Amino acid sequence: MTRLLELLVNGVSLGLLYALITLGFVIVFKATRVVNFAHASFLLLGVYVVASAQPSIGFGAAALLGLAVAGLLGLATERLLLSRVDRRNHHAMAILTIGLNVVLTAELTRRLGESVLPLGAPWDGHVVKLGPLTLPLTVVLTIVAVPVLIGGLTALLTLTGWGLAMRASIADAEGAALVGIRLRRVSATAWVLAGLLATAAGIGLASFPSPGVSLSIESVAIAAFPAAIIGGFDSLGGAIAGGLIVGVVQVLVAGNQDSLSFLGLGAGDVVAYLVMIVVLLWRPSGLFGSKEFSRV
Amino acid sequence: MSDATATAAVAPRAVARRLPGALLLAAAVVVLLALPLYLEAFWLRIGLFSMATAVGALGLTILFGAAGQLSLGHAFFVAVGTYGYAFLSGGDTGHVKGLGLPPIVAAVLATLLAGVCGLLFSPVAGRLRGIYLGIASLGLVFLGHHLLLNLRPVTGGYDGRSVTPFSLGGFLFSDSSDLAVLGVPFGAVESLWYLFLAVTAVATLVARNVLRGRPGRAFRLMRDNEVGAAAMGVRVQRAKASAFVLSSMYAGVAGVLTALAFQRAVPDYFDLGLSIDFLAMIILGGLGSTSGAIVGATFVVALPIVLSRYADALPLVVGPGQDGLDASIAAQFVYGALVVVVMLTQPGGLRAMVHTLRQRRRPPYARRTP
Repeated sequence: MTRLLELLVNGVSLGLLYALITLGFVIVFKATRVVNFAHASFLLLGVYVVASAQPSIGFGAAALLGLAVAGLLGLATERLLLSRVDRRNHHAMAILTIGLNVVLTAELTRRLGESVLPLGAPWDGHVVKLGPLTLPLTVVLTIVAVPVLIGGLTALLTLTGWGLAMRASIADAEGAALVGIRLRRVSATAWVLAGLLATAAGIGLASFPSPGVSLSIESVAIAAFPAAIIGGFDSLGGAIAGGLIVGVVQVLVAGNQDSLSFLGLGAGDVVAYLVMIVVLLWRPSGLFGSKEFSRV
Repeated sequence: MSDATATAAVAPRAVARRLPGALLLAAAVVVLLALPLYLEAFWLRIGLFSMATAVGALGLTILFGAAGQLSLGHAFFVAVGTYGYAFLSGGDTGHVKGLGLPPIVAAVLATLLAGVCGLLFSPVAGRLRGIYLGIASLGLVFLGHHLLLNLRPVTGGYDGRSVTPFSLGGFLFSDSSDLAVLGVPFGAVESLWYLFLAVTAVATLVARNVLRGRPGRAFRLMRDNEVGAAAMGVRVQRAKASAFVLSSMYAGVAGVLTALAFQRAVPDYFDLGLSIDFLAMIILGGLGSTSGAIVGATFVVALPIVLSRYADALPLVVGPGQDGLDASIAAQFVYGALVVVVMLTQPGGLRAMVHTLRQRRRPPYARRTP
């Protein structure tokens, strides 16, 4: 029972990190209609900067640097590359991010290779005892910090003028432009946010009990894609729900590996995709996604 | 009357314009047929890999280029072809099982098997649009890789399994055949070259006919305007599903050819990277174009191999295991950046570039829009 509870808490913590990654992905999609296939490599680049700067300038400064680099990368992607492609050509924009992903992954592979860089976060290696549960400090912090982050993001979107502009341009880009909202600024902010959220999630993913920053972080982060599909691709609430579902299912399957041996070794890593396909069979636009319709 | 004379006057000119093309094609065929007599095995092997992947790229260009359905699951169907052939034609060795069917039967069945897998996925593929399918099909690659590692009796697990060489009517496509033509010993590579050429030619012809004919028009209409296509009588879900099944069968053929070229099947080859490679090929070559798919496939396949062979002569690049820029990573830089540049400048890819160049050389009245 304790074990199940521990697994659940761990799963929720992982799920919240997935939710952060997925949120960045969905925000970009909603604001600019771009499916960002380079999102996972944004994440890896962000934490790579953190891990490689941390020995010389300390974790706090390194984390800020990593966030800044990933945010700037998002901004540069939007400004230098995507804004030069026809906005209506969604395929071209998505393919462009695939090309970008190939280049970024190649560079990170060259730099990281097989090595694992320690993240050096102050909460690494600590374990907390909560009643009968023994949990890594990272898990507890994630469960506290990520909802705060998401709450802040929600407040930003609902209370500020920027959030209003964002929501207006998501609802109707042409109408928003007509009333004087600068679409360029909205999409640039969305990309910066995506970079920031990805790096924040990456710091969580690379913290204890994970050994540190390595190439495998990127394949973990790719699981945010099925999370986005499960939640419904254009729904922020759905992104959070999808992330939680993927996290909990993954940890539960990996934790019960022995009794689920018929699924094969390492089933935890792929079960998210299985859930995604099942959800798609049942609801083609995800759990909370808006149904596609066309007016004739 | 005047129409008839006009046609009569135009006809010889049209023939004259086509004649160089036909001559060029004939020359290309002769060169391709003669190559095994002159080239060393290294280049022939690149040719084999290129042709194997070109067939897969043809399938993807039908699916994505014409029907507008992005698939990142192509590697999965290639894997089905490879392992399907290896399992059906292979014998029992140790813990790895096989059915021991004749290779030609195994190859056909493996292709059909890939098609059946595509059909099983079509409830998902038929309902999703464009990019959504791209992400959903991502799942196939990961699930497929998981199966390859765990279905040990069929796939041999992490170490993979060896592949039975192809044979047809008693002729064995392997190094053990003692045939020699004009003093050149015909081993596996030389004889497979002709087999692959034939398969690639047939695959190209079929793809071209599909793209130019009725189904191709339906696919393109569906890509550009789903509602319009439905109004014109295209059954959209069915058309999407059939594009998906056709492209998975192409991937299946590519898988069989890959198995024969490598003579071994290992799971790590069939990862997300392979799917992205396929996508890069058809984008660099030009979406929806058969010749573009072949050129793109040759480029993406040959680039890392050639770079690593000439690593010593090239600046920056080093061979595997040395300190510096690894050839395979250098190749990734090159083609990743090329994909970005192509999307920024010429979304039609190489084919559109060639087209623009040709148009420029023509007088303005003879120019056509693509």
